[in-house]
Order: sequence, then C-alpha cells, then structure tokens
Amino acid sequence: MEFFRETDIDFLGKKWYFLTVTMVLFVIGMVALAIHHGPVMGTDFTGGTEMDIKFSQTVPTAKIRSALGAAKLGQVTIEPVGRAGSDEILISSPLSSLNQADLEKSKDDILGILYGVLDVNAQGKQDLNNVGVSSFTAWLMQKDPYGYIGLGEQAAQTRYQALATELLSTRRDKQYGGLLPSFNALAVAPGSPQIAQQASQSFFLAPFSVRSTSIIGPQVGSQLRGQALRAVLYSLAAMLIYIAFRFEFIYGLAAVVAVFHDVLITLGMFALVRLPIDLTVVAAFLTLIGYSMNDTIVVFDRVRENLPIMRRDRLPNIVNRSINQTLSRTVLTSGLTFLSVLALLVLGGQALRGFSFCMTFGILVGTYSSIAVAAPMMVAYIEWRNRRQRPLRAAALSGSRSAAPVGRKLEKVGR
Amino acid sequence: MKKILLWKSVFIVVVVVICILAVTGIPNGLGWSAWKQSIVSRVHLGLDLQGGTHLILQVHADDAVRAETSQAMQRLRSDLTSHGIAFAALVQPDPQGQPQRLQLTGLDERHAGDFNNLVQTDLGSDYTVTHAGNGAYTMDLNSAAAAQIRSRALTQSIETISNRIDALGVTQPTVQAHGLGAYQILVQLPGITDSARVKEVMQETAQLQFRLGMAGPFPSAAAARAQYGGILPEDSVILPGKNIGGASNSTSGEWYVVSRSSPVSGSDLRDAQPGVDQSGRIDVNFTLTTAAGRRFGNFTAAHINQPLAVVLDNKVQEYATIQQRIDDQGQITGSFSQQQANDLALILRSGALPASISYIDDESVGPSLGADSIREGVLAALVGFLLVAGFMLVYYHGAGINAVVALVLNLVILMAFMAVTNATLTLPGIAGIILTIGMAVDANVLIFERIREEMRHGKSVPASVDIGFRQAFITILDTHVTTIVSAVFLFLFGTGPIKGFAVTLIAGLLANLFTAVYISRVIFDYVLMRQQGVRGAKLSIG
Repeated sequence: MEFFRETDIDFLGKKWYFLTVTMVLFVIGMVALAIHHGPVMGTDFTGGTEMDIKFSQTVPTAKIRSALGAAKLGQVTIEPVGRAGSDEILISSPLSSLNQADLEKSKDDILGILYGVLDVNAQGKQDLNNVGVSSFTAWLMQKDPYGYIGLGEQAAQTRYQALATELLSTRRDKQYGGLLPSFNALAVAPGSPQIAQQASQSFFLAPFSVRSTSIIGPQVGSQLRGQALRAVLYSLAAMLIYIAFRFEFIYGLAAVVAVFHDVLITLGMFALVRLPIDLTVVAAFLTLIGYSMNDTIVVFDRVRENLPIMRRDRLPNIVNRSINQTLSRTVLTSGLTFLSVLALLVLGGQALRGFSFCMTFGILVGTYSSIAVAAPMMVAYIEWRNRRQRPLRAAALSGSRSAAPVGRKLEKVGR
Repeated sequence: MKKILLWKSVFIVVVVVICILAVTGIPNGLGWSAWKQSIVSRVHLGLDLQGGTHLILQVHADDAVRAETSQAMQRLRSDLTSHGIAFAALVQPDPQGQPQRLQLTGLDERHAGDFNNLVQTDLGSDYTVTHAGNGAYTMDLNSAAAAQIRSRALTQSIETISNRIDALGVTQPTVQAHGLGAYQILVQLPGITDSARVKEVMQETAQLQFRLGMAGPFPSAAAARAQYGGILPEDSVILPGKNIGGASNSTSGEWYVVSRSSPVSGSDLRDAQPGVDQSGRIDVNFTLTTAAGRRFGNFTAAHINQPLAVVLDNKVQEYATIQQRIDDQGQITGSFSQQQANDLALILRSGALPASISYIDDESVGPSLGADSIREGVLAALVGFLLVAGFMLVYYHGAGINAVVALVLNLVILMAFMAVTNATLTLPGIAGIILTIGMAVDANVLIFERIREEMRHGKSVPASVDIGFRQAFITILDTHVTTIVSAVFLFLFGTGPIKGFAVTLIAGLLANLFTAVYISRVIFDYVLMRQQGVRGAKLSIG
C-alpha cells in the first residue's frame, strides 16, 4: 500500500496562502487571549482550591452553585468531568486572598456546603465515604475490635493501619469508586461484620466522595509558573544551539520560530475553548515543541542532503523537492501519532484531557508549521542574504536566475 | 556476515531476556496472577496513580534566627546585670523585619571596655557591633551565621518531620528539601488521603518547658499584671493555661505568672509514652536524658514547696507544687483522649521544630481516581498501540512486523529501565510512553520510506536497505538528540509531573535508538541473508 508516490507539489509557491492561514489562526488566537486576558491558568499556577467530587446520584448542580455563590467563596466554578453520566464534578475556587487560613478553610467550607445541599445530618458522626486511612486507623485503635492494643501500641498501629488500608482503599475506593453502598460492604473479612456494626454507630455514609483535593498557595503557583516558563525557554535555547551546530544558525532560528508559532496558536486555542493550563498541559506543550521540531528537522535534514546533489538548482526548488520527498513520512507519522493521541483524548479520562487536547491540535499545527513556516522562512532569509551579499554579480547575471549554490558550508557537515 | 549476524542476534536476545526479567522479577508461581503481582510490585506508581498526599511546607526560618538572637540577648542582659554595668534598655528593635538585630541604649560610656569584653564572650565573633555614640550600640548577627542558622533550621525541621511521620506508620514517605523555593519541604505520603490529621501531628511545635511558677491562676492576663502593681518582676512572664483558646476568649480562664527560663527543654527528653495515672486518667509519661535529669533534679531540689509550671508551646499544661526532688521521670496530665495522648507522646518523642511551618501546597488524590487514571491511561495506550501496529502491518506488510517487534521491545526496555532505576510512573509518564510510541513509529517510517524510495530508483534490495538505514539514521539521530537534549533540560528544571514525563521520554528515546535502528536492521539482514542466491529477491515492504 502506498499513499504518496513521487509527489511534486510547489509548497514554497504557496507561501502567501500559508502566511494568510497563519495570520488568521494567529489573530483568532490572539483575540481569544486578549478577550480572556491571557490563557486560563489552572490551580497549579494561580493557587486556589480544587475538588473532584463523585456523587452516587445525579448532581444537584444548580443547588450547589447557588449555595456556593451565597457562601462568598470567590469566583467558584463547577464543571462536570469524566464521561457522561459519571455524576462527577470539579469545583474550583480561585484564590482571592493570600491568607493561609482562608486557603485551608475553603476545603472545609465546600464540604460543609455539600453536606448542607444534600441534607446530610452528621449528628457528630464521621463520614465513612470521605474518611482517610489515618483517621480510620485512629478510630480502629480506639475501638480495638481485634484486641491488638494488647500487643503494644506500635504493633497495633501497624496492624490496624493495614486493616484500614485494606477496608478503605481496596474495598471502598477501588471496588465501589469511593462510595460504599452500605456498611455491610465492609463486612467481608473474618471478624469484620463486627467492624461494620461498630462503624454504623460512629460513621455515616455521605452520598458523594472526594476523589481529589488540591489546595495550592499563590506562592507555589507563581514559583511553578516561573519554573515551567524557564524549563520551556531553556529547552528551546538548547534545541536552537544544537540545530545551529548541526546545520546553520538560520535553520535553528527558523525551527524555533515555527515552534513559537505552534505554541502561540495552541495557547490561543486553549483560550478559545477555555481549557485551563496546568502542569500536565505544560508537559504537553513541551511534547508539542519536541514533535514540531522533529518534523522540521526531518525536512531540513533532507535539504542538507539534497544541497550538494542538486547544486545547480535554485534553493526554493531544492526545498520543495525535499518536502515532497519527506511528505509521505510526514503524513504517515503525523497521522499515526494523531491516532494515538486521539485515543488518549477519547479514552484517556479527565486527568489527561488538557494534555490530549494540546497534542491532538498541536500535531496538526506542528506538521503544518514545518512545511508552511520554517521552510519558507529559511528560504526567504538565505535568498535575501545572497541578494545582499552579491548585488553587483546578481545585476551582471541578470536574465539568468541566480544559480549560486547556497548554504555551501552545509556540504561539510552531516555527511 | 553470517557469524556477525548470529552474534548480534545473541546479543539482542540476551538484552531482551534481561529486560523482561527486570520487569517481571522472578515470580512466585507460573500463573498470570503471580506474574501480575510481581510486575506490580516492581513498578513504582506516582501519587497521582496510587493515591496519596503531597504537601509543601514553608519553614519560617527567621524564627530560628529570632530565637538565637533572643537567647544571646538574655545571656548578655544577665551578664551585664551581674557585672553591675548599667544600661537603659537591651531589646530586639524589629523582631519581625530584622530578626538578626539587637540594640542597647543608655550604656555608661565608662564601662565601654567591660561591655566590649562581655560582648566578646557572650556573642562571640558571630555578631558585628556598631557604636552609634551616646551609649547606644547595635549588634547584628552576621549574614553568614544567620544563613547557617536558617539552613540548620531547614535540615532539623526535615529530620523532625520525618521522625513524626515515621511514627505514624506511613509506608515509603518522602520528606525532603523542595528545590523550588527557599526553606520549603516536600512531603509525600502514599496512601494517605486525609492530610488534616497528619498536618496536626506535624505542625505541633512541642516546645516543652518546665518553669518556676510565681503566681496564679488569675482570671485574666490583666488581673495577673495587677497583682504586681502593673509591673512584672524581672525574668517573669504571663502565660495562658491549656484551656485558653485563641485571642477571642482570652478574657476568661486561667492565667499564670511564671519564670522566663526553663532548666530543661523538649530536646532533653529521652522518651515519652502515653499512660494511665492512679485515678484512671490518661497521661503522658516522659523520661529525661541523664544530664538533663541531673539539672532538673538540682532545680526541683532547690525549689521544694514552690509551684512548677509544665509549659507546652507556651501554654501552661499543669501547675503543681514541687513536693520533692524530681530526677528524670515525670508526667503530664490533663484531660487527654487516648488519641491526643498518643499524638502528644509522639510529638514529644520526635523533638521540637526549630521554627514554625505553614502549608503552601496540599494536594491529595484518592485511590479510586488513581485506579481510574491507570485504567484509562493504559487503555488509551493500548488502543493507540494497536491502531499504530495494525496500520504498520497493513501499510508495510512484512516490514511492518519489524516495526511491531521494535515497538514491543521498546516498551519492554522502557519498563525495565523504570523498574531498575526505581523511577516513578506518573500520569504524564504514561503520556510520555504514548509519545515514545509515536517517535518509535516515526523512526520506522523514516527508514521504510527511504528504503522504498531507493527501490523505486532502481537500487537492489540489499543496497536499498543499506542506504535506507544509513540515511535515515542521520535524521533519526538529529530528531532524537534534539528531543533528548530538551528532555534533559526539562528534567533539570522541572518538578513533579514534568520531571516524570522527561524521565520516560529520555529512556524511551534511548531504547528507540536501539530497537528501531539496531534490532530492526538485524531482522532485515536476517531476511536478506535467507534470500541470498534467490534470483529477483524481494522485500515485503508494501
């Protein structure tokens, strides 16, 4: 099977179309960024509270929203997560103050509001669906259903901790997704009916469970933001140096500009669909950078190889031919990578959503930019340089198009 | 030719077998569950996949500097007094903004020489003394000495917090300096999702002191002061009792006047255990170190029939009359629950924090979310892999088998690397694996397309294979080195998810250079060798 055979498309001749497309994408992205005052930053970078909560019934979203609104927790957002019908929401409360105590309190406030909305009457009991291993261990130590305390405190602690882990993590969280249907679900191990019995007196079962919580201070947020930016810039600089060393400076520059193009347009898309940027998304941007760079290098590598072979030809022809020769590979690889990130987008779940969106879109832009941005830019610069370096000779040779072999020093490297 | 190929094959088989063993270990049985168990025990899952808590603490290191200068101030003050050198005031002028500074005013200039000598003995060379004239002096702790105190506060906090967490029985906790900000500590607790209780235990500063009681109890701090006509005696201080909460209800309850100094402190404790006293109340029994026990014995012997205040974190826990000499054993009683007594004993055992801490990042992931993430991530990776492998077989026919073998081995080597280096598999790590698959396919596509191109130009099959691999290798090397270089920077400058991503990417790409270029070439050579002599040898490459 073969999709492309000996294509001969004049890519460089279409550079004005490309420029138009790029400008349109760019303007859309920039307008989206401007309207929303920059990309939407996730809690990782802004600080704030974020809770992922799974309900055992349909989520009373409207009630929760109004209750949270009344509680003055700042600009709280509620969005459904997971697949349709999973009854799972993400509550995010951005940070309105730098106060440590506010930060700590917001989590308890949200939980309190949820208990209120769902008419849960705690009566001083603990919530078995949201109790953690260490608190449950403490409860077991107090009740001492197996009489382990007689073995010494340390030994009892170890044994009850193992039991708590077994009962909560395995039974409750993994088997029932964090939501125990009844206290009897605990009564599966020998002796544990007794525990289930005692638990029903000290605990209640809330109709929801907190799957993850993050409370991030603004200080950490800004540190992470600065660090992510540094990591990206350093790795771009390292790529620029490597390509400049292996090819020529303009090649490195063109590749880096193409990558910036991809990052800016993808950032614009994130702003357009209001997806927040968190640390995982930064990892995706880095992959996108690597991937786009990859595509550009494959084309440039072919140009480097073709330069001595086609030395009598004009540079645009050489580049066109190189792109055509690698077109089959470019489309195949992009297509296949696209397939796997599409699988990630569809099946990868909530936690990887920003990541997969970035990759799915980024692969399209990245592939486009190596052909439509990096190659034309490199050609335009070298042609401009040649015109400037030899204006007199070019004038003398008017009529015959400049056939000067360009980028001659490339012949020395890489072969 | 044949012999070289044989050796290459042997080398590949050995590498692959070692990698498989590294992933699976030596399982207990032959059943699938035994293998699965063995694999699961060797792959370290990150907190986002197994559930757990991730905390970042800020150590307020200035506290330690403040404590140091405050102690120096006490030393200097009592020495000045005992030498009969008069002065107006000796204070920390700005304890919050400039914890390193002490200020003395109103010194009789005739004693300047004596004062300088005392400063030398009491403060040593760690302080810079500036004479502002008119009997005023400022004493600043050198920045080098202050920096040393701060970094010691960090290491000591890390040690103390590790001790407390160890005693909580968390398996495989991480407590280390966090590279991102100054004086921050990263704490990771796999399997613990209720950070609240852990935080309670960690945050207690547990400054245990035994001070001489002077008067009390009083209903309010003001009443206590009024007892002394508004001016407290030298070296005494008013402290609240244990039932006084925050500042809100500070008007009622018990207040005591106690001495400033304490003969022993939390670091003099050898052991502390919860226990039960004669009347059945839960208490905490402690034992002092030998030296501190002697000191405490002398102190109690000298103050028989005087009250003793047991002070924990600047709150008077107990106020009782010293009946007899107490050496190295004592109790703290109060209305403790069993849990509170356990926690208090634990905190006392693990020592006091040198500086206060606050939490600036607290993230927890429940095990159910982690399990879902693994399932979804693995499913996505599997589907992605099958789609890619299926396409390669359809598009490249026989050569597609090479690509699939290379892909599978790439994953095996990657997993082996993760198992051997104890690298942690995180969610972005799974994404890194999916991208490794993408790059691995790219390498294969580059090679195969090149071989096809050469064959189209009329080259013989062996020559096409040779040129294809040689030319594609240059490109593959460039793309891989570029990505690895940037991944190294991500590893160096990234934290958490970015680091995990970088590790899997680097390992995956290195493995790819071996599988896509070396192993794939050997398979091609083997196929070609079998066709040697056959006229019109063909390559199944679609």
